Amino acid sequence: MRARYALRFAALGYLALLLALPVAVVFVRTFGDGLGAVWSSITTPEALHAFWLTCVMVLFAVPANTVFGVICALALVRYEFRGKSALNACIDLAFAVSPVVIGLSLLLVYGRLGWFGDWLTDAGIRVIFAPPGMVLACIFVSLPFVVREVAPVLREIGTDQEQAASTLGASPWQTFWRVTLPAIRWGVAYGVVLTTARVLGEFGAISVVSGKLSGRTETLTLRVEERFQTFDLTGAYAASVVLAVMALATLLAMNLMKRGET
Amino acid sequence: MSISVQGVTKRFGDFTALRDVDLEVREGSLTALLGPSGSGKSTLLRAIAGLELPDEGRILIEGEDQTVMPPRYREVGFVFQHYAAFKHMIVRDNVAFGMKIRKRPKREIAARVDELLGLVHLGPFGLRYPDQLSGGQRQRMALARALAVQPKVLLLDEPFGALDARVRKELRAWLQKLHDEVHVTTLFVTHDQEEAMEVAEQIVLMDEGEIQQIGGPRDLYDSPANEFVMSFIGPVTRVGDSYVRPHDFEILPALEDGAREATVTRVIYLGFEVRVQFALRDGTEAWVQLTRLEYERLKVDPGQTVYVRPRQSVSFAA
Repeated sequence: MRARYALRFAALGYLALLLALPVAVVFVRTFGDGLGAVWSSITTPEALHAFWLTCVMVLFAVPANTVFGVICALALVRYEFRGKSALNACIDLAFAVSPVVIGLSLLLVYGRLGWFGDWLTDAGIRVIFAPPGMVLACIFVSLPFVVREVAPVLREIGTDQEQAASTLGASPWQTFWRVTLPAIRWGVAYGVVLTTARVLGEFGAISVVSGKLSGRTETLTLRVEERFQTFDLTGAYAASVVLAVMALATLLAMNLMKRGET
Repeated sequence: MSISVQGVTKRFGDFTALRDVDLEVREGSLTALLGPSGSGKSTLLRAIAGLELPDEGRILIEGEDQTVMPPRYREVGFVFQHYAAFKHMIVRDNVAFGMKIRKRPKREIAARVDELLGLVHLGPFGLRYPDQLSGGQRQRMALARALAVQPKVLLLDEPFGALDARVRKELRAWLQKLHDEVHVTTLFVTHDQEEAMEVAEQIVLMDEGEIQQIGGPRDLYDSPANEFVMSFIGPVTRVGDSYVRPHDFEILPALEDGAREATVTRVIYLGFEVRVQFALRDGTEAWVQLTRLEYERLKVDPGQTVYVRPRQSVSFAA
């Protein structure tokens, strides 16, 4: 009995000190100057643009990594091919390498002085210090989540259901949509939530490739830092709260989906 | 012939699962593929369904060469040992799956699903999910699903293997009855010789990737083609160069022609029969199966010396 309470106390205390308390303080500080100040801070054109740009990152990076993640997981679990272990290792690279390094490497490849620099300049495409480069950075840092969530689920469901579908006349495409995808849907959903959270919070890689131009290439995370360094604490807290609310909304959406099903 | 397998060989790496197998299955028959695990029986079944590609040989279904045809074009019904139920669909949608793929009209699908659920006694369970059914019910659902598309042949891979003994017995009888009603050519894999003998008209006995013997239950029991068949179909004791079934020994109180001296080691009462275990002088252990009446007359106890004589035995030329 005592052990159980101790365990519970340890777990909750850990969470409270490291997570709940700081977040609560941010909320308190944010609204310390009154709602009016917060509202005017998050409705400036720069703040609205940062919010919008963060949404753009999510809208591009999450679908791209979801499609890629499911295809990759299928390839890794269902097929044997040369270079499979190389692919597997590459996927983890995105976790292993620091985001700042990822940002720098993008700069070296797509920047004005990088490999594709001349070609891109000639074609009139701006990747670095522009949203395309930021989307690339987001895709890179959030790449493994869907693969790593979906692959174990695929392994667990096995091939019986897929084989049954094929003997019943289903094409590989029909089998995927009607049997495989519904069976792995919760793996995909968790992957999407994690990817979204990662993209929302991305800072390191994006801060290298964006150029941090307020109102043009500034996402919410970058704005938090920028406001903080210009001593606009209310602005920094307000942007943080918007980020936190977006993350909470993602979690809530998944829980509602789950509840709707059962 | 409904199914014709001609010279099929299948290897997995350096393991040969099937070795030049020939098999003909008559239209409308109920056939068992019997053998120990690793004998190639499941591989043969999966090759017929198109789930494995043979390395050599041909597979014909109703006269058409289907050797390299993907499973979805073969029109076979396949039932898996672990049901392979579509867990995210209710029972009705599971059964309707093949018909929906074939884009049959909604009304026709609904009528056929009702009919099939009736046939497999799952009428009231149509709106449940598979994990709300028992193992036996799930397997009956899988059977209805396989039958829904009116397959040319029905293939079952150890269909009762994952069920407990009582349900297994029930479903055996039920499969036989179903076959009488539906008359589809049926091939089922089992490692249980009793199941094969009880259900099938024809048994294909396999070992080490080869067919050892094909025949009715009686043919295999009474005239086994080799030692393997003899010992796989029912218990057997080797005495010298010949094989004797437990019910083919007689126990004699005194030495007679052809009898051997033996010591009774144990007497086991099984209710409907009595088993007397004994050891021959050369150390061979064997047992004899007696009816209760026979045992009452003999009244032997452990430790007692008796004389045993085979009434009939089989030997195979080396």
